[in-house]
Amino acid sequence: MSMDRKFILHRSPTIANLERRLFFKRGLSLGALSLLAGCNITDQESVQRVLLAMSRWNDGVQDWLFDPKRLAPEFPESRITRPFPYNGYYPESEVPEIDGSSYKLELAGMIREKKPWTLAELYALPQVSQVTRHICVEGWSAIGKWSGVRFSDFLARIGADTTAKYVGFQCADDYYGSIDMATALHPQTQLSLRYADELLPPKYGYPMKLRIPTKLGFKNPKLIAAIFVTNEYPGGYWEDKGYNWYSGS
Amino acid sequence: MQSVLIHPLVVRVTHWINVLAVLIMITSGWSIYNASPLFPFEIPSQITLGGWLAGALQWHFAGMWLFALNGLVYLAFGIASGHFRRKLLPIAPRAVLHDIREALRGHLAHEDLSVYNAAQRAAYVALIIALVVMVASGLVIWKPVQLHWLGMLMGDYEGARLLHFFAMAAIAFIVVVHVLMVILVPRTFPTMLTGRFRRTS
Repeated sequence: MSMDRKFILHRSPTIANLERRLFFKRGLSLGALSLLAGCNITDQESVQRVLLAMSRWNDGVQDWLFDPKRLAPEFPESRITRPFPYNGYYPESEVPEIDGSSYKLELAGMIREKKPWTLAELYALPQVSQVTRHICVEGWSAIGKWSGVRFSDFLARIGADTTAKYVGFQCADDYYGSIDMATALHPQTQLSLRYADELLPPKYGYPMKLRIPTKLGFKNPKLIAAIFVTNEYPGGYWEDKGYNWYSGS
Repeated sequence: MQSVLIHPLVVRVTHWINVLAVLIMITSGWSIYNASPLFPFEIPSQITLGGWLAGALQWHFAGMWLFALNGLVYLAFGIASGHFRRKLLPIAPRAVLHDIREALRGHLAHEDLSVYNAAQRAAYVALIIALVVMVASGLVIWKPVQLHWLGMLMGDYEGARLLHFFAMAAIAFIVVVHVLMVILVPRTFPTMLTGRFRRTS
């Protein structure tokens, strides 16, 4: 304290200069501190509440922006990304191998015909193809070719109540997810059984994935084991960890 | 001594809201960039916002409303009140180069704070344009299908990502120069709070 006073009493130009430098330095480190604190700001309960409320609000805005007739751009096969990246929350070597001969797709919820489907039955349905851009929530994108059953056709065939709010998915790993009914009925939303004209390999979701070119990649569940229709918000694997639920393109 | 209003209230309020909004958008944007870097470098996580990708995205998509709505108020005011025309125009390229050269030599033509010199005008207009480009490219990244027509102006989704990055870099550069200039001419700082400047004449 007395030292400080002494300095203030006898301010030489050098000390004045030093003080000014210290002031700026402190200012800078204060700025850096507030930025550092920013990392933890997110974890504060009140902040978290506001951020989640804004995410819900953005769900509504995106639902309003979504044009059920607007198609995602399709590309020539020459634009396909090779190799198409594997992506998941576990390494490729740990992708479960599903036995196709005993596999049955389970149906539940607001669906009239809940009889499980074998793969042979699904392969026998009319098939469509698309070459579209897959956009990951991380930012990267890749173009691929998927073939399978138009999902709206499948929902009609099983007598799904399309006035319900959500279609949910349980996967053969512990992944799960859900989408809005408008997106489920979009003409390009596809129950994909093939990738690049070959049976879907395990890394891309064998025996089937839901391909939705109007949503981010994590909204496209792989290794689907069961599909259900509901009015109760089912959440999702990443959504329950903080990703925006609608995540539409 | 005569006190003159050089920054209208709307400009001051939107300026400081914009400081907060741009800080949120850039620091959370850096965190999002790190999830899948476009270039062979990452932003140090100590200066990013959100903790991890989900948190950063939550901040970014909440902050965008503050940023865009505040920006719309500012643009509407600037155009309707004649503020832009009075303060930012005209911009003569020769005068801009001249004033930048003078500034680099340490001769800041900044006697009358109610008038922006040519370099200032160019910087502020460039900043406004960069911020508008930021919104447009951000919309394309957020809605590449619904806003495909807008994406076609900038090379679709991947083009918009690049544009979004470079517009961010331009904004960061202009902000750094702007803050440096305020440090060099400190009497400009209180005017952005009070709006007033005492002119001796």
